[in-house]
Amino acid sequence: MANWFRSILLRSVFLVPLLLASGMFSSVMVEASEQTLSEEKPVIEPEVYRREIDESKIDSENFEVTAFTGLMSVEDFGVNAITGARLAFHISEGLFFEASMGRTQTTKTSYERLSGAVELLTDEQRILSYYNLSVGYNLLPGEAFLTQNLAFNTAFYLIGGIGNTTFAGDDRYTINYGFGYRFIATDWLALHADVRNHVFEMEVLGEKAKTNNIEMSLGLSIFF
Amino acid sequence: MFYQGILLFCSLLLLGIVHAEDDVPRVQVADPYLEMQTGAGSGYPVYHVVERGEWVQILKRKTEWFKVRTDAGKEGWVRREQMERTLTPAGTALKITDVAEGDFARRRWEIGISTGDFSGATIINAWSGYGFTRNLSVELSASQILGSYSSSIMGNIGLLAHPFPEWRFSPYFTLGTGVIQTTPKTSLVQTQDRTNNTTHVGLGLRIYMAKRFIIRADYKNLVIFTSQDENQSITVWQIGFAAFY
Repeated sequence: MANWFRSILLRSVFLVPLLLASGMFSSVMVEASEQTLSEEKPVIEPEVYRREIDESKIDSENFEVTAFTGLMSVEDFGVNAITGARLAFHISEGLFFEASMGRTQTTKTSYERLSGAVELLTDEQRILSYYNLSVGYNLLPGEAFLTQNLAFNTAFYLIGGIGNTTFAGDDRYTINYGFGYRFIATDWLALHADVRNHVFEMEVLGEKAKTNNIEMSLGLSIFF
Repeated sequence: MFYQGILLFCSLLLLGIVHAEDDVPRVQVADPYLEMQTGAGSGYPVYHVVERGEWVQILKRKTEWFKVRTDAGKEGWVRREQMERTLTPAGTALKITDVAEGDFARRRWEIGISTGDFSGATIINAWSGYGFTRNLSVELSASQILGSYSSSIMGNIGLLAHPFPEWRFSPYFTLGTGVIQTTPKTSLVQTQDRTNNTTHVGLGLRIYMAKRFIIRADYKNLVIFTSQDENQSITVWQIGFAAFY
């Protein structure tokens, strides 16, 4: 027991000075390297700070959100008020993508009104709601003059896409196409007038047939 | 549900109004002159020019157009190519980063929409993907299938392998599973909803277009595990576009 204790003691007697020496040496090295560094520094530091532009500080407004209301003519089911919303993403000055949804309560067909007792659809089935994904292109950029000195930027666009219409209890694949007019009131606010045709198949009145359902709407949009 | 959606849009509208206008970046015109147009599009007329050496503030950006204000207070839209030739206060050219083709291979997030043929019916599909590595990504998708006799909604999760992520025309393989709920049309006699599990295997091609955009086309073989004797095997063709981040 005493043997191993002595051996440790002996080793530590040699080791401690060695460690101390190496520690001192390394600190001398650090000081030396610091000195060479400080020698490279100029005596007078010019007070220049570079003002770079942070690109993310430039507010980009490529999204446009719209609330709209108007009239939708649903073939055989009357012309009714419609409300909805749209979200557009502008890719370039011409091209944009748009997701849209709308909803209207349709009324009775003339057949139902004339016959008196016949009800083709339940109240729930009479609600028409749709969503679609479309691509639009700004075709005719222009200016509208309200007075001699007051002009607003405008654009005419063509738009078309695909989506789904839920009506008369079923989901219906729908193609939509149309045109619109954007009146840019300020940089962030615009007014829209849109005409869209929604084409889908219906079989409620006997045989299956393609129906054209035209929607006219006015909207208010905000760029962000 | 619908009115909640409208509410969400309205709150987004309000968010859009709030602007922060601190520390507006300024640049110096280095070209003989900078053309200011009345609107953010090449069709709108040039109505003012700023001469070399003058400073303008950059107010905002719409697609490839920048709205600037001169020291005299005139505001107009300048195209990106002209903005890139102005100087920052440090004296260097204004750098406007663009997503280059190189970023295509390094993308992390991807969102997209597609449409196509689902064994005679039409499919509309939206997806979101996340890349773990350059070669492997996971994807969640939601689809609606609109057929003559029924309509379905389907949710899928899949793994995608991209052996050549750096190619402009980059092929990929996919494998995944999901759930499909089918509702027969109300005009049919039997109107029982069915919910079944699915599995799919497929291959596709993604094509880098420009900036953040890609076109994607794929073919999938989908198996629906039905309660009948035989499972249903369906061929799905789709084409769509996506944006990556």
